[in-house]
Amino acid sequence: MTFHSILFERPQDRLQETPDMPDFFVDLNLDQVIEAITVTKQEYNLKPFFHTPLRHPAAIRYRHQVMQDLENRELFEAVETFARQMRAMREHLAQSEKLYYPYQKKRWFLDAVNIYCDAVLALTGSLEQIELKSRGFQSLREYLRGYVASERFTTLRAETRQLLADLAAVHYCVQIKGNAVKVRRYEGEADYSTEVEQTFKKFQQGEVKDYRVQFRERVDMNHVEAKVLELVALLYPETFANLDEFCAKYETYLDETIAVFDREVQFYIAYLEYMDILKRRGLRFCYPRVSNNSKEIYVEDGFDLALAYRLMRQNTAVVCNSFHLKDSERIIVVSGPNQGGKTTFARMFGQLHYLASLGVPVAGKKAQLFLFDRLFTHFEKEEDIANLRGKLEDDLIRMHQILQQATSSSIIIMNEIFTSTTLEDAVFLSRKIMEEIIRLDSLCVCVTFIDELASMSEKTVSMVSTVVPENPAQRTYKILRKPADGLAFALSIAEKHRLTYQQLQERIKP
Amino acid sequence: MKAFLMYKDRDFDLHQKLPVNAEDLTQDLELNTLFNAMARGDKFLLEVAKTAVLCGADHSPDAILYRQAVLKDCLKNSAVVREIYAIAIEALERERKVFWGIFSKYPDAILHRAVEVMLIFVELLKRLKTLAEKHANEFDSEGFRTFFDMINRELNAEYFAVIQHHLRELKFRDGVLISARLGKGNRGEDYVLRKHTAQKRSLVERVFSRKPRSFTFYIAERDENGYRALSELKDRGINLVANALAQSTEHILSFFTMLRTELAFYVGCLNLHEQLIQKGVPVCFPQPAPAYERRHSGKEIRDVCLVLTLEQPVVGNDLKADGKNLVIITGANQGGKSTFLRGIGLAQLMMQCGMFVTAEAFSSNLCDGFFTHFKREEDVTMKSGKLDEELSRMSNIIDQLTPNAMLLFNESFAATNEREGSEIARQIISALLEKRIKVFYVTHLYDFASRFYRLGREDVVSLRAERGVNGERTFKLVEGEPLPTSFGKDLYASVFENTNLFLSSCTDE
Repeated sequence: MTFHSILFERPQDRLQETPDMPDFFVDLNLDQVIEAITVTKQEYNLKPFFHTPLRHPAAIRYRHQVMQDLENRELFEAVETFARQMRAMREHLAQSEKLYYPYQKKRWFLDAVNIYCDAVLALTGSLEQIELKSRGFQSLREYLRGYVASERFTTLRAETRQLLADLAAVHYCVQIKGNAVKVRRYEGEADYSTEVEQTFKKFQQGEVKDYRVQFRERVDMNHVEAKVLELVALLYPETFANLDEFCAKYETYLDETIAVFDREVQFYIAYLEYMDILKRRGLRFCYPRVSNNSKEIYVEDGFDLALAYRLMRQNTAVVCNSFHLKDSERIIVVSGPNQGGKTTFARMFGQLHYLASLGVPVAGKKAQLFLFDRLFTHFEKEEDIANLRGKLEDDLIRMHQILQQATSSSIIIMNEIFTSTTLEDAVFLSRKIMEEIIRLDSLCVCVTFIDELASMSEKTVSMVSTVVPENPAQRTYKILRKPADGLAFALSIAEKHRLTYQQLQERIKP
Repeated sequence: MKAFLMYKDRDFDLHQKLPVNAEDLTQDLELNTLFNAMARGDKFLLEVAKTAVLCGADHSPDAILYRQAVLKDCLKNSAVVREIYAIAIEALERERKVFWGIFSKYPDAILHRAVEVMLIFVELLKRLKTLAEKHANEFDSEGFRTFFDMINRELNAEYFAVIQHHLRELKFRDGVLISARLGKGNRGEDYVLRKHTAQKRSLVERVFSRKPRSFTFYIAERDENGYRALSELKDRGINLVANALAQSTEHILSFFTMLRTELAFYVGCLNLHEQLIQKGVPVCFPQPAPAYERRHSGKEIRDVCLVLTLEQPVVGNDLKADGKNLVIITGANQGGKSTFLRGIGLAQLMMQCGMFVTAEAFSSNLCDGFFTHFKREEDVTMKSGKLDEELSRMSNIIDQLTPNAMLLFNESFAATNEREGSEIARQIISALLEKRIKVFYVTHLYDFASRFYRLGREDVVSLRAERGVNGERTFKLVEGEPLPTSFGKDLYASVFENTNLFLSSCTDE
């Protein structure tokens, strides 16, 4: 097995990177999630990977394995170390580009190569020490073994070390007198500072001030330093000739496969780091079973990542929710009081499926999810009173497009559609849409205040946002599987207009 | 180099924390009179006197004898001692006048100043050396002998020559020679100032050895950036040597500072001694006993502050209280009880810091802590809280007490009626005795005083202010049973009727 990529097992698996985020990202708050995941990794441009769902369960399993290997702290550290070194290497190259004096540029280049060699060797060494289970890392190890043993690498490293040793041995003297600067090799002259210090040692008592001046260390040189360096090069002609030759010879020293790995592995690292933050708050993640034929799906204690991440920062507890669809069940109809977590539930459902399609762990203790071909969302946007007519029309056009494109392998998430029309219209239109989805046999979540949708067919399942029984105004944010009741509907309407007992009490000031 | 004139093996810390009760001690024993006599208007002498007296030496007889010996030398050779003191002062003053300049952030400027300061110090060290050579054998104390030995040993002519050579070299007439290695990005680093070795080669070496390859370039005359870069390069080279020399000047400065500080104590003692001699008051070097012993005896002990204040002679008192833990003093008002108590306190403090005392003879055990609990006149304003205040002060003292401490009570716990005051005092004092705290207690609390007297304890002695047959004060204290009245009647008589005393002084004339 030859190593191709840590993200895609075979060359033919590789998908075109998607620079722009999918349409549903904003509705599902996935834009926030991916932003949080990639924010510290800008240099790797990871978003395109997060914008590209996989098509085959096997590709997902390949990533799961890699991710599981990386959950081993040792491997994670090893990869992190490698990444740090590669970053240092890039910084050195960038510095080399920026500088002006040739021997400075070349030295930075040499140092970059040295860091690269160290990084590759360290990673190879670490992989030998760690038990690797994933095909991805096993074949990477195989690849690295071959690479570090190759003549190409061994020569590169040997020459780098030799050159560094030669440069470290350079020891010269500068004699400054008036405007004359004489440069020659160091000839064993005694350290005069130490001698002076020694002479006055007998007066030493107690701590005294440090009079040493801290010089501002710039990266670049002034022209006097540069001139000195130029003359030092004349004192050590062979060493500097070697440096010239080295830079010319190894312009393209970087191994392409390793460079690609350095970027791609950050997909996992970024996600693991993100997950770790939430895990530390007691939230659970799991590797879902992903299938593209069985539509039995469930999650135990899932949650909305974007919300959890936000609540965590406010130090607020996160409420987890579960669902389970089996046999012919396809559609979850979520009703119940507003602000009860219905939208969050819908987003969670979408996030779970989308992240599962990326081959990463998902929120929850346990999950089985469906590998969709397309994912559609339709979320209620801010109401615009002036344009009621237009909005309903837009909604219908949008729904029409979705239903035209959707297949039985698609997932459709609808959140409070048709709120801008009369109840009668809304019921009528919703039923029509639902009938179509039922016919398609797509998986669907429909958040609605029209509770009768919940009992339309054997494919529909009713779930309800709940309140604390003693205090209807207090939310539990639990969405439970139970029949919708009319009360919740009435209450949610009242609530929507902020007319509940509790709300009025708050609103009406004495 | 260390002065070590205050302690055998450590510096005197002028900035050490004064004891928590320093203010109480100063007030109760009127220590400012003593300090001022030592300082003679010199602020620095005052500060040193204050710290030295209030902090004492180590609580070991050896440490005290060490200072006593140094002080005896000072009394014998006061002119030489004052001259050394003057050298130290001159060193400090001249150093302060060497201008730092506005380039104190550059090694070149730091080095320049350090060389200048060092030249001053060398001159003064040489003067110190001359004094040492001339007078060392006139001193007997371990402290001074060690000091002069050190001066003679460390500061020999060769050493001065080496210093002067360096100071010349550091002007870099042959240019600055710096070695370096290639650091990050081939920029120079590890700059080390090197010694020119060229002149050491012999003729043969010079002729036959290959001249090392070298390349030279010149900074163009108008290249200001070039000159700036060059001086930075130079600064990198001399950074360490500038630091070394500047630190050395600071070390020598602190040697002079320490010398001045430690001598200041003895100069203060000389000042005091001169005044006491003038008054014809006998002084002696006391014999310190270890803290665990109980010694307290002396002849003609006088309150040094009273001596310094009064024109007329002050009466001395004897004390025989070896083996005693408690000395209770009762007797006539204005019979010299408080003066006696202060005299005891001052003698103790002066002994503990290595000074002489105003007595013909004095010996006492050292104490680990020294406290006073005096009745405070100014507290009268807050009448109801007076006992409260006294007890709270007492409680503060208790917090700091260690065994072998010494406590002086003056009319304490008299802010209530006699019976209650006596009971409070009895309980406190009994406890203190059990903890081996040495107590001197001046009191009118007859109940308290007589009860202790009647217990007949071996470690308690009762003293009484004597009065003559006609009721006049002799200011002498004698051993004896406490008497129920304090001769207030007499005092009343002397103030309001002014008969006996007035008459007797008339007849004397």
